[in-house]
Amino acid sequence: MSALIEIDALSKRFSSELDMAEKIARLLGAKLAPRTVHAVDRVSLELAPGEVLGLVGESGCGKSTLGRMVAGLIRPTEGAIRYRGQALATRGGGYRSRDEALKIQMIFQDPMSSLNPRLQVQDLVGEAPVVHGLVGRTDAHGYVAELLAQVGLDPAVAKRYPHQFSGGQRARVGIARALALKPELIVCDESVAALDVSIQAQVLNLFMQLREDLDLTYLFISHDLGVVEHISDRIAVMYLGRIVELGTAQDLIARPNHPYTQAMVAEIPRIGTAKRRFSAIKGEIPSPVNPPAGCHFHPRCPFATERCRSEVPVLRAVAPDRLSACHLNDGV
Amino acid sequence: MTLLSVENLQTHFFTREGVAKAVDGVSFTLARGEILGLVGESGSGKSVTGFSILGLVDEPGRVAGGRVVFDGTDLVGMGEGPLRALRGKRIAMIFQDPMMTLNPVLRIDTQMVEAVRAHDTVSHAEALERARLALEKVGIPSPETRLKNYPHEFSGGMRQRVAIAIALLHEPDVIIADEPTTALDVTIQAQILAEVQRLCEETGVAMIWITHDLAVVSGLADRLAVMYAGRIVETGPTAEVLGAPRHPYTRGLIESVPQGKLHGARLRQIDGMTPSLLNLPAGCAFHPRCPRADAACRVMPDLATAGPRAVRCHHPLTDEETTP
Ligand SMILES: Nc1ncnc2c1ncn2[C@@H]1O[C@H](COP(=O)(O)OP(=O)(O)O)[C@@H](O)[C@H]1O
Ligand SMILES: Nc1ncnc2c1ncn2[C@@H]1O[C@H](COP(=O)(O)OP(=O)(O)O)[C@@H](O)[C@H]1O
Ligand code: SF4
Ligand code: SF4
Ligand SMILES: [Mg+2]
Ligand SMILES: [Mg+2]
Repeated sequence: MSALIEIDALSKRFSSELDMAEKIARLLGAKLAPRTVHAVDRVSLELAPGEVLGLVGESGCGKSTLGRMVAGLIRPTEGAIRYRGQALATRGGGYRSRDEALKIQMIFQDPMSSLNPRLQVQDLVGEAPVVHGLVGRTDAHGYVAELLAQVGLDPAVAKRYPHQFSGGQRARVGIARALALKPELIVCDESVAALDVSIQAQVLNLFMQLREDLDLTYLFISHDLGVVEHISDRIAVMYLGRIVELGTAQDLIARPNHPYTQAMVAEIPRIGTAKRRFSAIKGEIPSPVNPPAGCHFHPRCPFATERCRSEVPVLRAVAPDRLSACHLNDGV
Repeated sequence: MTLLSVENLQTHFFTREGVAKAVDGVSFTLARGEILGLVGESGSGKSVTGFSILGLVDEPGRVAGGRVVFDGTDLVGMGEGPLRALRGKRIAMIFQDPMMTLNPVLRIDTQMVEAVRAHDTVSHAEALERARLALEKVGIPSPETRLKNYPHEFSGGMRQRVAIAIALLHEPDVIIADEPTTALDVTIQAQILAEVQRLCEETGVAMIWITHDLAVVSGLADRLAVMYAGRIVETGPTAEVLGAPRHPYTRGLIESVPQGKLHGARLRQIDGMTPSLLNLPAGCAFHPRCPRADAACRVMPDLATAGPRAVRCHHPLTDEETTP
């Protein structure tokens, strides 16, 4: 089986801008210089054709940055991405060819912010495929009508503007827009996070239906391990820019290896009928500006040893179809 | 013993497009030390219910009817003076965004001392000590030092802890918590829930926990009230409501949450979407989305009570239908 896409030791560093709190701090007289953020730190992954790979982790761990690099929206600082064996983007390398660019589309959390409010759905969905020659201008109406039906919208809504839709409908417009370019791989970045649960279920069902009908491959990014577990074939768990565990979905949830994965699995939102005792791993999510040395997770890890404070654990096979980056697997 | 009783509450927004009955005949009770989960999807009227209890509804909205009886007194129509004496003292509120409580340009100690002295005549030193104890109680490390910080020097999770500490300053009888963990990462959410659970047990404070997340309240609340389009459609003990929901909407909500068992399979979704309050379907507002709807549902069903449970539905689900 050859990979549809290979992500090879990909890194992205930003010089960080000040956030709101820091801007206030500066108003109050604090001296803050811009610093380097290791948003993504040598991540390697492969996606097989037709596979759904879930990418899960808490905010700031680098999920969106990785997704945007895969979708060609930002350039990696280091590393390579190969699509069907062809290098897409390398440091200082050329832009991706147009054909390849179309094969990878991204769907964002808030489809509203990525939709031009002054354009009708007809143009939002139909313009790009016409420009790229996927469909003739005269056929655009029929093409859009077909796409809208495919995502469960009444084709009559083609005349409407984004603000005339509910959150769930906007999510569907966002999906139709991505599908219009006949992609093979879709990067879904928190695509259901903003939706109410009943609408979230509808959109998850739609994603699964489309995958089946169109043989799509998804890189499905979410902070919600419950959602990721449901839709993914395999799951990659990210912590502060690094993949800490990778495995087949059900097996990873049933037998998490990495202590961070174990903590995440313990907090999957489950509807129980018994009161439960909430307990949690201690500590806060550290900043990627100045991440802890060694294993990034060590300040919060109940099993941390001296070695964890200095030596970075390597992501390596610990069982069939399972990679984990934890020193515990060496028997310490 | 009933501490708070909301009776047929009506809170309406008088907008140019029409009257939005955000809360339309909501009734529930809260006993001392009890945790009530108020759940529903966005726009169902949860926050407005919480605000109405404290008399915090702003124009163009107002409480148009009903009573909010707290410890024997009706708060609806009570003057702003007496209400202010209650707020923060006997009934406190925590919001999704802790910056609703915190002032960004004041140090935490300044704000907390002010909050103590808003209701109690105590010395600065005494107020400061109470502030320090409150921070300690919610699990903030080195509270003495942290008191001297500004809100921006805390992470989101820690900021929410500070807001909870402020809510606890006067050992209130009731805390109304409006989605306080929704914006937080799961491990941080779990930390806060653990603290809240411990604090409820230690202090015996009663709580209305407002959320869209059934999983959170399933572990936390003693009883649930499920809202849809401004009305409560089902209430009862948490285990009973989640184990054997009577209302088709409650069941739909439960089945919409991926639960692992159905890996990769189609979720049993609720079709359609939440109706606009300005254009509600006649009768049961859920009928356009309900798989059990029939002609009878064109008439609004009453909230029918049976033991500790109540459901607003002409064709409630039976135990046989809900147990797998
Ligand atoms: N354009 C940018 N400039 C500076 N820092 C950024 C930029 N984009 C992301 N970051 C930082 O990179 C880290 C990872 O961000 P992101 O990929 O958005 O994480 P996630 O999607 O997992 O929440 C964060 O610390 C974020 O602040
Ligand atoms: N300021 C306002 N003006 C007009 N309508 C409002 C206002 N605030 C709330 N509403 C109405 O009240 C309904 C319920 O709002 P809210 O209680 O905030 O919902 P929830 O907290 O359940 O998401 C909203 O759908 C909206 O129609
Ligand atoms: S390497 Fe050490 S600190 Fe990191 S997860 Fe494993 S035991 Fe914990
Ligand atoms: S009253 Fe009718 S439409 Fe409403 S929930 Fe019950 S069965 Fe469904
Ligand atoms: Mg993101
Ligand atoms: Mg709300």
